[in-house]
Amino acid sequence: MDLSYSPQEQAFQAEVRQFLADELPDDIAARVKAGGEVSKEDTERWHAILQSRGWLGQTWPEEHGGPGWGPVERHIFDEEAARAYAPRILPFGLQMLGPVLIKFGSDEQKAHYLPRILDGTDWWCQGYSEPGAGSDLASLKTKAVREGDEYVVNGQKTWTTLGQHADWIFCLVRTDGSGKPQEGISFLLIDMKTPGIEVRPIRLIEGGHEVNEVFFTDVRVPAENLVWKENDGWTVAKYLLTHERTGIAGVGFSIAAFERVKALAARTMRGGKRLIDDPLFAARLAEVEMDLEAMKIFNLRMLAEAQRVGHPGVETSMLKIRGTEVRQALNDLYRRALGPAAAVMPGEAPGGNAAVLAPEDEGAAASYFNNRKISIFGGSNEIQKNILTKAMLEL
Amino acid sequence: MNFEMTDDRRMLADSLSKLLGDLYGIEHRTSMAYDAPFHDIEGWKALAELGILYAFVSEDAGGMGGGGFDLLAVFEQLGAALCPEPLLGAAMAAPLLAEAGEELEPLLSGEAIYALALDEPEAPWDAEAGATEGGDTLTGRKTAVYGGNAATHFLVSARREGKLALYEVKAEDAAVTPWGMIDGGGAAELMLDGTAARCLLPDAGPAIEQALDRGRLALCAEAVGAMDWCYATTLDYLKSRKQFGREIGKFQALQHRMVEMKTAIEQARSITIAAADRMDWRSVAMAKSLVGRVARKVSEESIQLHGGIGMTWEYPLSHYAKRLVMLDAQLGDADFHTARVAATYA
Ligand SMILES: Cc1cc2nc3c(=O)[nH]c(=O)nc-3n(C[C@H](O)[C@H](O)[C@H](O)COP(=O)(O)OP(=O)(O)OC[C@H]3O[C@@H](n4cnc5c(N)ncnc54)[C@H](O)[C@@H]3O)c2cc1C
Repeated sequence: MDLSYSPQEQAFQAEVRQFLADELPDDIAARVKAGGEVSKEDTERWHAILQSRGWLGQTWPEEHGGPGWGPVERHIFDEEAARAYAPRILPFGLQMLGPVLIKFGSDEQKAHYLPRILDGTDWWCQGYSEPGAGSDLASLKTKAVREGDEYVVNGQKTWTTLGQHADWIFCLVRTDGSGKPQEGISFLLIDMKTPGIEVRPIRLIEGGHEVNEVFFTDVRVPAENLVWKENDGWTVAKYLLTHERTGIAGVGFSIAAFERVKALAARTMRGGKRLIDDPLFAARLAEVEMDLEAMKIFNLRMLAEAQRVGHPGVETSMLKIRGTEVRQALNDLYRRALGPAAAVMPGEAPGGNAAVLAPEDEGAAASYFNNRKISIFGGSNEIQKNILTKAMLEL
Repeated sequence: MNFEMTDDRRMLADSLSKLLGDLYGIEHRTSMAYDAPFHDIEGWKALAELGILYAFVSEDAGGMGGGGFDLLAVFEQLGAALCPEPLLGAAMAAPLLAEAGEELEPLLSGEAIYALALDEPEAPWDAEAGATEGGDTLTGRKTAVYGGNAATHFLVSARREGKLALYEVKAEDAAVTPWGMIDGGGAAELMLDGTAARCLLPDAGPAIEQALDRGRLALCAEAVGAMDWCYATTLDYLKSRKQFGREIGKFQALQHRMVEMKTAIEQARSITIAAADRMDWRSVAMAKSLVGRVARKVSEESIQLHGGIGMTWEYPLSHYAKRLVMLDAQLGDADFHTARVAATYA
């Protein structure tokens, strides 16, 4: 066994580090570090910087403008980017729709949509979930009825992340209600400016606006916006959900979060003692570090396997569960390390010498609450366990 | 043995519950708790009129309670209603004022709102470790003063002639910077710089510790009330939300989680009762640590079992969940109290 990166991978890692040092704008990194919402402008600026280096469509093959990276390169990038407090790459166009179009799209669809994703023309959002269809996605009800060369769409999507900024939404819609739920679903691309679409904000637990409800009333969509075959959208949806996602464990985020809590505990005083010298706190941090260390290797083992056989195994569900648990544990320690001051509502801290918290720590409690989402979305941890149960136990 | 509340306390709890139900519908609570002044002065007055503050003072001192079970009866209801009023300060200040032989009428009538200013940025949860200097005036900084946003009076700990002394500072004499808490309600920073103050107790160490223990017990009771609410709400949701053609509560994986949650809440309730009965520091520390851990678990589980809806501002559960997590950081978190208990083995 040899756990070290190959010389080429090491060179790549150095190249990524240098790129981040040179190109990641300080003001953006500071906002990411503070844990607040990253604005549309910040995301677009960062996407443009990555694209100018050819590094934006990370999962895309070279012929479509991707950098030709494998899972290991993507992992190295994720880890380095998270450590440098780069904003996350918005997944909807780049990591979800792009690969779907590359696999299932028509030549016209590829030629039209893919370049617009890379150059930032179109901001995409994901219209899967509905009020009645969360974990049970196949029960979705939003209806699309074919009339001539159009579909007429009626229904509601919800939890649409950053839909308030979106130009386009990719939707799962019901085109046939007669058979099994999975059988009458289609995958449709919808322009958010089409008449009959209404976006309403949902405010999350910590007060932020990142998700929305999207209502469709007699929305007319050109039939050419159908991806793949009518009534076979479930195949597309499943591909998207299980599409190789190296980032699923969020190892990079956790490494950054761990370093940050450790540094904070080393400079935080509690009754004349540094918090890091408190054996109880230090032990908690050490336990998370062990989980994290194990997860790094677990993740690399999965990557190596994915590279070998060409697709990720069911173990990605384990990584999702453990990865979210580790991140949430680190969010918890971060909030706790700040003691009573963590209670300050972001934006409420009085300034000057009365500052309760350093600006970069103001979002600690808000992030803790906001990140309860990571064990709910993308297939909740319970659903991941169901998947594992089915795949492994043979009961 | 008898675990029933006395009739008096039961009546108090019932009328408080009813008043809070009328006063603090969740929408009103949310609109009050997150915007300055972070509470509802009318609500405060109504609570005072109902005589709630009398529950914090013993009969000899002119009140109608003052025991651990009185705190329990009141704060459990406050927790169940997620009430953002600054009652914690009153519960802790009352015995201190009584000990100092101060007039209690302003506190009992609700006219004076008291907040305890003990914590300092480098020494949270540990009044003894504070650096504020006391003479005829006070100089130093107090942080995270709960209810400081609304207070008319502060009880401030300071070093005086080598001892921990307790002072009273009037809000109008001090530099008070109020701030809102992420879980609703308010606190304040108190900047003292030659600030006018009156020394109430020159040797206040033990009295302050007792006041802190009363506050800790109150927070445990508040958590129990809020946890009961979360459990009931989550159970209702599991019975009504359908996925895969059935109520999600039919999934055994979730049923076990509910049973674990309920077991943990009963443990929390039990240790809180023990602390209220004994009122010694070690019992209170055990309760505060266990309750802090259980409260976070209940918060996280309630959200998770709801799925996305539990993450929304509009759904009341999210506000209970925030309160349950954040109250651990008040008056000593779980690790702080675990360490205190563990230190007694040496
Ligand atoms: C912040 C956020 C952003 C999101 N962004 C998007 C987005 O951009 N686009 C989009 O389409 N969706 C998005 N989602 C939706 C997300 O995918 C759903 O919330 C998720 O699928 C869970 O569905 P639900 O919320 O309806 O919960 P439910 O499915 O109702 O689940 C409730 C609880 O029951 C459990 N449960 C359900 N079924 C079972 C079972 N069979 N066995 C055991 N337990 C079960 C769940 O794990 C959960 O604990 C987002 C959600 C959040 C919170």
